[in-house]
Amino acid sequence: MIRLEAISRTFVVGTEPVHALRGLSEHVRPGEYVAIMGPSGSGKSTLLHIIGCLDRPTAGVYRLDGETVSELDETALTAIRREKIGFVFQSYHLVGRLDAAGNVELPMVFAGVPRGERRSRAAAALEGVGMAGRTRHRPHQLSGGERQRVAIARATVMRPAILLADEPTGNLDSAAGQQVMAVLRRMNAEGLTLVVVTHDPDVAREAERVVVLKDGRVGRRLTGSELPASGSGK
Amino acid sequence: MDLLELSLGALRSHRLRSALSMVGIAIGIAAVLLLTSIGEGTRRYILTQFTQFGTNILAVNPGKTDTLGIPGVLGGTTHKLTLEDAEAMRRVAGVDKVVAVAMGQARVEAGQRGRSVPLFGVTPEMPEVWKFRVRQGSFLPAGDLRRGAPVTVLGPTLKRELFGSENALGKFVRAAGFRLRVVGVIEPKGQMLGYDIDDCAYVPVATAMRMFNLDELIEIDVLFHHERLADSVARGITRRLTQRHGGREDFTVTTQTAMLETFGNIMDVITLAVGGIAAISLLVGAIGILTLMWIAVGERTGEIGLLRALGASASQVHRLFLAEAAVLAGLGGVVGLVAGLGLAALLRAAVAGLPVYTPLEYVLAALVVSVCTGLLAGVLPARRAARLHPIEALRAE
Ligand SMILES: Nc1ncnc2c1ncn2[C@@H]1O[C@H](COP(=O)(O)OP(=O)(O)OP(=O)(O)O)[C@@H](O)[C@H]1O
Ligand SMILES: [Mg+2]
Repeated sequence: MIRLEAISRTFVVGTEPVHALRGLSEHVRPGEYVAIMGPSGSGKSTLLHIIGCLDRPTAGVYRLDGETVSELDETALTAIRREKIGFVFQSYHLVGRLDAAGNVELPMVFAGVPRGERRSRAAAALEGVGMAGRTRHRPHQLSGGERQRVAIARATVMRPAILLADEPTGNLDSAAGQQVMAVLRRMNAEGLTLVVVTHDPDVAREAERVVVLKDGRVGRRLTGSELPASGSGK
Repeated sequence: MDLLELSLGALRSHRLRSALSMVGIAIGIAAVLLLTSIGEGTRRYILTQFTQFGTNILAVNPGKTDTLGIPGVLGGTTHKLTLEDAEAMRRVAGVDKVVAVAMGQARVEAGQRGRSVPLFGVTPEMPEVWKFRVRQGSFLPAGDLRRGAPVTVLGPTLKRELFGSENALGKFVRAAGFRLRVVGVIEPKGQMLGYDIDDCAYVPVATAMRMFNLDELIEIDVLFHHERLADSVARGITRRLTQRHGGREDFTVTTQTAMLETFGNIMDVITLAVGGIAAISLLVGAIGILTLMWIAVGERTGEIGLLRALGASASQVHRLFLAEAAVLAGLGGVVGLVAGLGLAALLRAAVAGLPVYTPLEYVLAALVVSVCTGLLAGVLPARRAARLHPIEALRAE
C-alpha cells in the first residue's frame, strides 16, 4: 500500500527553488494499475522516483506498507528498492557490455543470490517476457521493444510488489508498445502493483485509474474508460 | 566475488585503455623488483664473501678506530701488535685458534719464471681459521713460532704460474733473497671482492717478519668456539691486550658480526634508496589508474544510477569501483612481475657476475603492493561513484 501525504519536492537550481511537487497526496492499493499523465514538467518522473525510494520528499509523509519511508536512511531505502520495487525506464537503461541474461541477473547480484539460482531465475524471467531465445544477445543486438522487455524482466526478477515504469513505451512504435503493455498487463493480473507514467492515452486507458498531474499536484482523477479516445499516441 | 566479476567485465569492455593503465603499474613493479633484486643480490654476494671465513671469528688490528675505519690514523703513539700478543690471546677464555698475520709484497721466482705477489706470514692454524683447505702436501709445520722455517705454501694461481701442471712439492722458490721450500699448495678460493686470493704465498709468520724486516703484525685473527661468544671473547681480548699495552686500548677488535651488521645497515639504506626511486614510477602508475577510474566513473554515471535503482547499495558501488582499480593494478603487478623477473634473468645472463637475486618475499610483496596501490588509487573514484545521488546519476544519461 502506497500512501503519499502532502508530498513536496523542491530542487534548488543555483539559488532558484524549482517546485517539482507541491503537496501531492495519493494512495495506491496493492495490485492496482495506475497511470500517471500530465504535461511535461508536471512532476511525473519526480513522483515516480519518490515512490521508488530513489529520491526523498522535501516535505510530506510517504508510507509504504505501513512503514514511514520518508524517515528511513539510505541503507534502508536501498533494501526497499532491492526487495519491493522494480524500475522500468523510457530509455531501457540496459548495461551495454552485458547480454540480456547478464542484465537480468544484475539485481540478484546485489541481493546476493547464488549464481546457479541467478541463472535459472534470469532464464525464467526472460521467458516470461517472451525473450527466451535471446538470452545471449547484447542490447545493441535487440530492437527497442525487445530491450524494454529485457528491462521488464530485470525489474521483476526479484519479484517486487510494485513495478514503476516511466514512459515504458515512449521510445517504441505502437506494435512494440502494445507487446510491452501486454506483458505489464499480465504481470498486473498476477498481482503486481503497476504505476505507469505515460503520455499515451491508449496506454493509460488500460489502467484502472488515471492520475493527471498539473504543476506538481493532482489535477484530475479519472478511470481509464473516461479518457477521450484518440488516434495513435506517441 | 560476483561484484568482482562485474568489475572484470567493465575492464574487459575497455581493453586498450585498461591495458595502457596497467602498463604504468607494470613498469613500476618491474622497476622496483629489478632494482631491489640487484640490491639484494649485491648484499648476498658481499655477505658470502665475508662469511666464507665463518662468523665465529674476530680480528685485532693495531690502532684505535671505529668499525670499518682505517686503523692507525687516529692513534698517537701506539704499541705494536706482536707475536707475544698473539700468544697471549690464546689463553683468553673461549678462544679456539689464533692466527698472527704479517704481510709483504715480493717477487717470487722459480727457475725462469717469477711473479710479484703478496706474501702472508701466518701461523700454522691459518687453514682452520680462514677456512682454507690444503690441496697438495701439507700446510706450514707447527712448532716454535719464532723460529721461522724457510718453507712456503703456494696459492693455486701462483703455483700454476710458476710450475704449470708440474708437481711443486719439494721444489724451491726464491723471494726477497730467501730460498723457500714448497711444502704445500692450497685449494682455490676464487675471488674476494674482485681480488684473486689464490695469487699469493704463505710463509711462517717469523719468516715473513725476517724477510721484510718487520717488527709488528698487521692483524691477529681469533677463532672462538661459538658465534654466541663473540662479545665475551672480544671483551676478554680487549682486557688482556689493554693490560699488555700498559693500560691503553691502542688496537681495534672487530667481530665478524659487528662488521656484518654495519655492512647490512649500509646495504639496507642503499636498497631502500634504490627501491624508493623505483617506487616513484609505481606512484606514476597509480596516478594513471586514478585518472582512468575517475574518468570511468564520469562516463558510467548513468550506469551507477541504474545500479542504485536496481538495489545496489552505495557501499556495493564503492566496492565495485575499488575492485576494478585493484584488479587493474593487480594484473599490472603480475605483468610487471613477469617483466621484472625476465629482465633480472636477462641481466644475469648478459652481465656475468652481476649479482641479481629476487627472494620469494619480494615477489609476493610486489603483488601485495600492486593490489594495494590499486586500492589506494581507487579510493577517490570509488568514493565519488558511491556518493552520486541515484537520481542525478540516472538523469546523466
Ligand atoms: N534534479 C533536478 N534538478 C532541478 N530541477 C529538476 C530536477 N529534476 C526535476 N526538476 C524539475 O522538476 C520539474 C518536474 O520534473 P519531472 O522530471 O518530474 O517532470 P515530468 O513530469 O517527468 O516531465 P516529462 O514529461 O518531460 O518527463 C521540472 O520543472 C524539472 O525541471
Ligand atoms: Mg519524466
